[in-house]
Amino acid sequence: MIGRFWPGVLGVVLALSGLPVSWAASTHVVGVVELNGDPRYSPRRTERAYPGHPTSRAAEGLRLGLSDSGYELRSQGLSVDVHVVAVREASELPAALKELSARKVGHLVADLPPELLGALVQQAPGAMGSVVIFNTSQDDDGLRGTHCAPFLLHTLPSRAMLNDALAQFLAARKWTQVLSLTGPSPGDALQQQAMERSARRFGVRLVEQKPFKLTGDPRERDLGNVRLLTANRQADVVWVNDADGEFARTVPYNNNLPRPVVGASGLTPLAWHPQHERFGAPQLSRRFIRQTSKPMVGHDWASWIAGRAIAAALLAHPKGPVSEQLRALRSGAITLDGFKGKQLTFRSWDGQLRQPVFLSHGDGVAGMAPMDGVLHPTDVMDTLGFEERESACRRRQ
Amino acid sequence: MRQWNVARQGLKAIGRWAVGASVAALMAGAAWANSGNVYVSSEKDNKLFVFNGKGDRLAEIPTCERPRHMMFSLDRKQIFVCCGNSNELGVVDVATNKMVRTMALGDSPEIFDFNADQSVIYVSIEEENVMAAYDMKSGSRLFDIATAGEPEGIYVMPSGKIAYVTSEVGNVVHVMDLENRKVLKDLKVGKRPRRFTPSADGKEVWVSNELSNSISVIDTATHTVKDTIVFKIQGMRNTDVQPVGMVLSKDGKSMWVGLGPSQRAAQVDMATRKVLQLVQVGKRAWNVGMSPDGKTLYVVNGLSDDVTVVDVSGSQARAVRTVASGRVPHSALVMP
Repeated sequence: MIGRFWPGVLGVVLALSGLPVSWAASTHVVGVVELNGDPRYSPRRTERAYPGHPTSRAAEGLRLGLSDSGYELRSQGLSVDVHVVAVREASELPAALKELSARKVGHLVADLPPELLGALVQQAPGAMGSVVIFNTSQDDDGLRGTHCAPFLLHTLPSRAMLNDALAQFLAARKWTQVLSLTGPSPGDALQQQAMERSARRFGVRLVEQKPFKLTGDPRERDLGNVRLLTANRQADVVWVNDADGEFARTVPYNNNLPRPVVGASGLTPLAWHPQHERFGAPQLSRRFIRQTSKPMVGHDWASWIAGRAIAAALLAHPKGPVSEQLRALRSGAITLDGFKGKQLTFRSWDGQLRQPVFLSHGDGVAGMAPMDGVLHPTDVMDTLGFEERESACRRRQ
Repeated sequence: MRQWNVARQGLKAIGRWAVGASVAALMAGAAWANSGNVYVSSEKDNKLFVFNGKGDRLAEIPTCERPRHMMFSLDRKQIFVCCGNSNELGVVDVATNKMVRTMALGDSPEIFDFNADQSVIYVSIEEENVMAAYDMKSGSRLFDIATAGEPEGIYVMPSGKIAYVTSEVGNVVHVMDLENRKVLKDLKVGKRPRRFTPSADGKEVWVSNELSNSISVIDTATHTVKDTIVFKIQGMRNTDVQPVGMVLSKDGKSMWVGLGPSQRAAQVDMATRKVLQLVQVGKRAWNVGMSPDGKTLYVVNGLSDDVTVVDVSGSQARAVRTVASGRVPHSALVMP
């Protein structure tokens, strides 16, 4: 286990900005738990920059989010430090949590694979007492459903939200006849389930569903040859379910008929796109790229908004307790400005942050869901993802 | 936003008299050429589009990159325009409809204001988190005052000693002492505060809070928030009601406010704070301008890339025309 500590992150930022720094009376420590050697962040993986995949560790976005809230925190006499703990495996979690507890961490950002995140959610309350955990890197619907927890909040859009956004876009464009290609991995299957659910919700018809395999074996060319896979003339679009991203990348412009490709490549639903130009987005993207030398992607936005949420909770209830801050976040009493043109709030029933989703391609943003014309009785952003009556989350409080 | 509104002219005129009788005399009786013409800055086309008061397009003026906020020179012969991508102040000659010079500014300038004789310009520099003051003659940067994240709206009080500056990210209004070059205090306002417009008597300055569907009313004597006006539109979600641009009616008794994605502009009574009426306009009603006779409102619609021309001469305002105004229009400036 490796720990990294950034003392007085905000103080340093403020000093650099030229603002007078008076060391705050009350310093809070935000913890980050990440996986040492996480394959999602291997250099060979991140350089591929598959759409919807992370390219920077969560701590980067978190620090920017806290820095963006620095002026407000400082004016309230608050200071926030970030402490990062990297574990190699689940067995190291107890020691990591003990270390975080010793630093009186009340807010945790989890940048972990699903199984480790699950273990963290199970162990954290016992080890740390009252705590809020922000999931910034997993879109898994199960974490928002049957495996939810009252103290677990999600800033990355769920898989259901992303697929609903894409289905809304297709419905709005009347491209409702879909040929889907789905890979063999469990992640691909989950993606397919989400696609099927979204298609049902928004009147998108799956005219054909085919499996694909990333293979050059001529005996399997009906599974691996993109042109053979995409010859369906009824389809308006090709929807690729590929959790890895490598096969999906080969589909656009290699498909048999002139049809748009959506899903894991082509038109992709994302939490953020660095070329988005509205609602102050360019300024935020520039700040991120200045800090990291990388374009801001959805996972970066999710960790950035987690930092903003933590700051907002501290500002709303500076003396705590954490349980009160959590209540304010989950109740919608705290609203967040995510540079997406809407006030954002967490859903009370599953801890998911409501938010618009970008429909994006390599060069830019083609649309933003919820799409114009989509209606909802209470909040149009709840047309993305699981509504309260559908939610499988039973541990809400 | 058309910052050069009725109240602003009146207040600034006081300062101008003190500066030079010749300028004031020039202003006093002049019938301005191009009176009623509307200049709309288009962020993506790098142009100002010029319309007559009815909305007929007269000309296009190429500018520096990403033109945003605009103001007239005191003699109305020039338009100053902030260019957010090329980091310049463009100076446009009104008679020839040409940009005649530029002045270097900081990284991503957006909104600006002047001292009384326009010898000093104060500019919000978004990417540097400062309000920067420049000498207009030499172009030299005189001083900075640090702000919270993404400073935007600027209002320099007629005395020239105090400025208000919004921070979009910090959700505050900084009250700045320009003589001593420091922040005197911060006023907590709503989320994503944007622009300022003073009342006709200068006793109040309104600041629009885009993501709180509200306006904070600042008492300029005490520099405190004395009132908050919350917009609630029947049948409309509060999150879609996003006030940004404001302009006073000709009589100074009401304020017109662009309400963003609600596709509405609202007329608010200055005394009672009540919404008097709403008028439907384009997508993301953004900044607004008023004709010299007070009978026509121009609403710049940031997402539908047009300007709605609204007849406000009668008891019920009505949109009479929508005119294309380039990609991502930012502000409308109306020749008095």
